[in-house]
Amino acid sequence: MQRAWVSVKPRGRGGFAMGLPEARKLGIPLMNLVRFKGLPILQQLHLEERLLRTSSDNWCIINDGTDQPTIVMGISGKPAELLEIKSVLCDHIPVIRRFTGGGTVIVDPSTIFVTFICNKDAVPGLQPYPRPIMSWSEQIYNKVFQGIGDFHLRENDYVFGNHKFGGNAQSITKNRWIHHTSFLWDYEVRSMAYLKLPERAPEYRLHCVKEAKQVSWRRNLCDLSSNIKHASWVDFTRYSNQYKARDHLEFICRMKDFMPRSIFVDRSVEATKTHFLLRSTESENIEAHSGTKFCHSTRLLTKQELEAAAFAAPSEGALSQPCSL
Amino acid sequence: MALRMWASSTANALRISSASFKSPLSPAFSLSRCFSTVLDGFKYASSHEWVKHEGPVATIGITHHAQDHLGEVVFVELPEAGGSVKQGGSFGAVESVKATSDINSPISGEIVEVNTKLSESPGLINSSPYEGGWMIKVKPSSPSELESLMGPKEYIKFCEEEDAAH
Repeated sequence: MQRAWVSVKPRGRGGFAMGLPEARKLGIPLMNLVRFKGLPILQQLHLEERLLRTSSDNWCIINDGTDQPTIVMGISGKPAELLEIKSVLCDHIPVIRRFTGGGTVIVDPSTIFVTFICNKDAVPGLQPYPRPIMSWSEQIYNKVFQGIGDFHLRENDYVFGNHKFGGNAQSITKNRWIHHTSFLWDYEVRSMAYLKLPERAPEYRLHCVKEAKQVSWRRNLCDLSSNIKHASWVDFTRYSNQYKARDHLEFICRMKDFMPRSIFVDRSVEATKTHFLLRSTESENIEAHSGTKFCHSTRLLTKQELEAAAFAAPSEGALSQPCSL
Repeated sequence: MALRMWASSTANALRISSASFKSPLSPAFSLSRCFSTVLDGFKYASSHEWVKHEGPVATIGITHHAQDHLGEVVFVELPEAGGSVKQGGSFGAVESVKATSDINSPISGEIVEVNTKLSESPGLINSSPYEGGWMIKVKPSSPSELESLMGPKEYIKFCEEEDAAH
């Protein structure tokens, strides 16, 4: 089983109780831990994409908030389908299309980001496919949220009960994978208004809007089978509930209602230590761990692209109308 | 005919590409392969792509094993014709659920055709990984690279060992 050995000696203060030779003997994979506060999400995503593609080390990145409200779509996200573009343009909200799959989120200074970038053999027995990686992440956060709330991984979202507080996305290459999460520590109600509901909602986000429509009819058993001689009746009932996706404000919750911010970050680090030997790495040392030539696919959408998407979507209405004050 | 219909319906029930006789790939089909997830006449890479070499062109896609592990494919990113691929190098990606997964080329060469149907119907990769779900056609630059790939039996064993190890 291949392990990810650190290729550059750690710099600066600190170290860890177990040295590299000891870790090598025990076969515990090393993971570089990098912590940021308020790093712009575009920079974070560029860093992650570069480390995934050019580094051979394992990484845990924690970013305590980003600098400004920003919309982040998955690789296949279509603005016209996912965003209220007119409002987004009026309020000058940046829109990013990231390199990983998954849905659309709006992040801000209250969001907490936790990312794992691993070699495919870093976690023993873990197949580098979406569902196993997702399940592994649930194991990590089960430890984080033990005894707190009703934590679950439900249809690829982290929830307390049936309210989402964490959104996940992944990218898997030939030899490595990334799993990153944006945790909804808090949110502005008006921010959710920038997002449309996705065309396909996870089942847990649905709610019944129309009670069972009971249609009953009776059939004579004799009609049903020539073997039945007695004239008895049987009632058939068909239920047809109708479901509708819950609005954003109905299916999300604030993580701050469940756990202090610092406790969450500390517990996440401790939970990660159950799988990896963590080495704190200063952000300025990251350059030494990856190649310098790299072209990101994650990018900021231009105003022209958003306007073009809005014009192509008849439901958006005229962009020429003034923004509301 | 009855045997073909039975094999076809069984293959459909098992969600296996049944190697329709109308397929442009026209792979050799044998009843013994009915319950496997590979096709005879194809070569396979350890990263779970397949290649079918016919004359000057080789067709490439991902295997049944790969699509099964990835889940429902909702988006496919493919290169344009005229570009080149390198053996083992990534040439595109599929998105399934929350993940993008690289697709790697089993051989090197020039891309001569891209399956444009996948932009509107990415699910073809799940429903028909060896036929309608083909991804690119390549003019091989080093046909000897095919020798380094696995045959059907070797690939089945590879998949079984990989699944057993996890």
